[in-house]
Amino acid sequence: MFLDHLWPDRRIPLAWLLLTRQPGRLLVALAGISFAGILMFLQLGFRDGLFDASVTLHKRFAADLVLVSPRTMSSIAMASFPRRRLVQVMADPDVAGTTPVHWNFLLWRNPQTRSTRSILAVGFEPGDPLFTDPGLVERTRVLSQRGRVLFDSLSRPEFGPIATWYKQGRTIETEVAGKRVRVAGLVELGPSFGADGNLLTSSETFLQLMPGLPPGSIELGLIRLMPGADPATVAARLKSHLPEDVAIYSKQGFVEFEKNYWRSSTAIGFIFTLGAGMGFVVGSVIVYQILHSDVSDHLPEYATLMAMGYPLPQLLGVVAREGLLLALLGYLPAWLAGQGLYTVIRNGTKLPVAMDGARSLLVFGMILTMCLGSALMAMRKLGDADPAEIF
Amino acid sequence: MPIPLRSSEAPIPVSSAPQPPASGSHSSNGIVSRQRNGSAPPSLVVQDLEHWFGSGANRRQVLDRVSLTIRPGEVVLLTGPSGCGKTTLLTLVGALRQVMAGSVQLFGQELHGAARTERQLVRRQIGMIFQGHNLLRCLSAEQNVQMGADLLPGLGYRARRDLSRQWLRAVGLGDHLPKLPHDLSGGQKQRVAIARALAAQPRLLLADEPTAALDSRTGREVVELLRRLARDQGCSVLMVTHDPRILDVADRLVEMEDGRLSEASISSRTLSGSVG
Repeated sequence: MFLDHLWPDRRIPLAWLLLTRQPGRLLVALAGISFAGILMFLQLGFRDGLFDASVTLHKRFAADLVLVSPRTMSSIAMASFPRRRLVQVMADPDVAGTTPVHWNFLLWRNPQTRSTRSILAVGFEPGDPLFTDPGLVERTRVLSQRGRVLFDSLSRPEFGPIATWYKQGRTIETEVAGKRVRVAGLVELGPSFGADGNLLTSSETFLQLMPGLPPGSIELGLIRLMPGADPATVAARLKSHLPEDVAIYSKQGFVEFEKNYWRSSTAIGFIFTLGAGMGFVVGSVIVYQILHSDVSDHLPEYATLMAMGYPLPQLLGVVAREGLLLALLGYLPAWLAGQGLYTVIRNGTKLPVAMDGARSLLVFGMILTMCLGSALMAMRKLGDADPAEIF
Repeated sequence: MPIPLRSSEAPIPVSSAPQPPASGSHSSNGIVSRQRNGSAPPSLVVQDLEHWFGSGANRRQVLDRVSLTIRPGEVVLLTGPSGCGKTTLLTLVGALRQVMAGSVQLFGQELHGAARTERQLVRRQIGMIFQGHNLLRCLSAEQNVQMGADLLPGLGYRARRDLSRQWLRAVGLGDHLPKLPHDLSGGQKQRVAIARALAAQPRLLLADEPTAALDSRTGREVVELLRRLARDQGCSVLMVTHDPRILDVADRLVEMEDGRLSEASISSRTLSGSVG
């Protein structure tokens, strides 16, 4: 046989046989472990998905560095700062370009039901790079006409069937903040945790929609650097030159800043981590029950093996291997079910939930800990096996 | 019904495995073997062994100055009323229990004061056959025997498996290799247990009423087989039994009563056994 050459010193695979010769018990164990794994995948997926969803726009900014007001805590409450700061930034030789951005939540009237709902409006100079999406700059040219907006076709359906109507060729006019606007095109951005929908417009239109806004103030300044410039160095230099009324982040730092707000200032992280923890506990209890009763049932057999001269560590190894096998066999269906559930969640909630390597590894680590920990607990029972009692 | 055993020719398992020196003559007469091994150092020497359970007022002595010597290849039967300490003696000789007082020497090694790991290493040279067969339920007959063979150092998986198969053929179960214990009859299970004990190539075989769960004919066959195979391996046997029909397989018969040992004559016991 092939295995004879590959592994000539192997022994009877006792752990494997103990598990597989009791298919009923194995099935219960695997169902329990898979269930725990699925619960963990689900909860952690929701958690990460929600955090990721808070930065759907942030991740696309065409920027190396980002300027915001130090009073800004998150994208749902952006404070303003003087636009002049961005002009000052341009003086730095490593800065290639900047984009001043207006950012606020406005009331959008659903053209079908006439009800209003808060939408995130982003105002910028048409033709300026805002997002990294290719071809977007060209499409924003239509915004140079006053009163035109680009509607995010991935916005939640509560804003009205804008995308469908637009594709049918209908002219869509509605109210934003009480002013009439026309939908001049569609973009695909996706709702974030704070915003159910997005629209893009020109700075001019934006100021028209919010007439009370001081004209020289913006909420966000995107800074692009010359090729080869180190963002950290430039950020430090700019920081030393600029007054205290702006904060500067790298793009990734800005993404983390936003995620951190949701992580630390809301209960989301706690709730879903707790949920994953529950899965861990439930799984541990099931695996422990299974392994403990397995050891108890086979106690005379373990004692016999001890009497034959098998050392205790080797028998403990059998229990540990049972735990390892259970972890491996239980993880696979959990991972597959997780894939399926993520697809369902993506379609149902439009949250960016996907199976990534880090989470796959994390859940595997948790299942492994769960199974080996339970095996360790069950091993204590093995200490009860007294070979002197079997005669 | 038990499978008929090959009778006259002794089935010595042939393999690349290191085998203990096979004895020259396979005489069914134990005296020959005893005389032959008379000069060899004894496998087991028990001297003034005492043992008790409980402590203080509840202390109950089960073994009282027990002494016993077994030479290589010798088959010794231990009889006596139940509760007289036979099994305790067996567990002490089998290095399963700590020796409290007195001396137990196995193959020259003193067990009194031996650490747990030392006793466990000694146990690899002892084969044990239990009243219940104590086979692993989830393993096939072949795999059960291999659990014994797996204890042999320096042998590959295939060699150990082949050895196991040879032992199963030797006990007449060549056609039942893949069967699980619950598909085997009582006698077959006990024969698997014998094969398992012998597959580890022990120098001493301890058996505790191996025929208790068997009918008389099967029991007789199993014991005969046990004696023949053990003797072929140069392996000594200490067997506890109540069964008067198998007393004649012994080279020597010792009787235990109230924790004390006394030598008994084979012929008289055999006679009284067959009469009664």
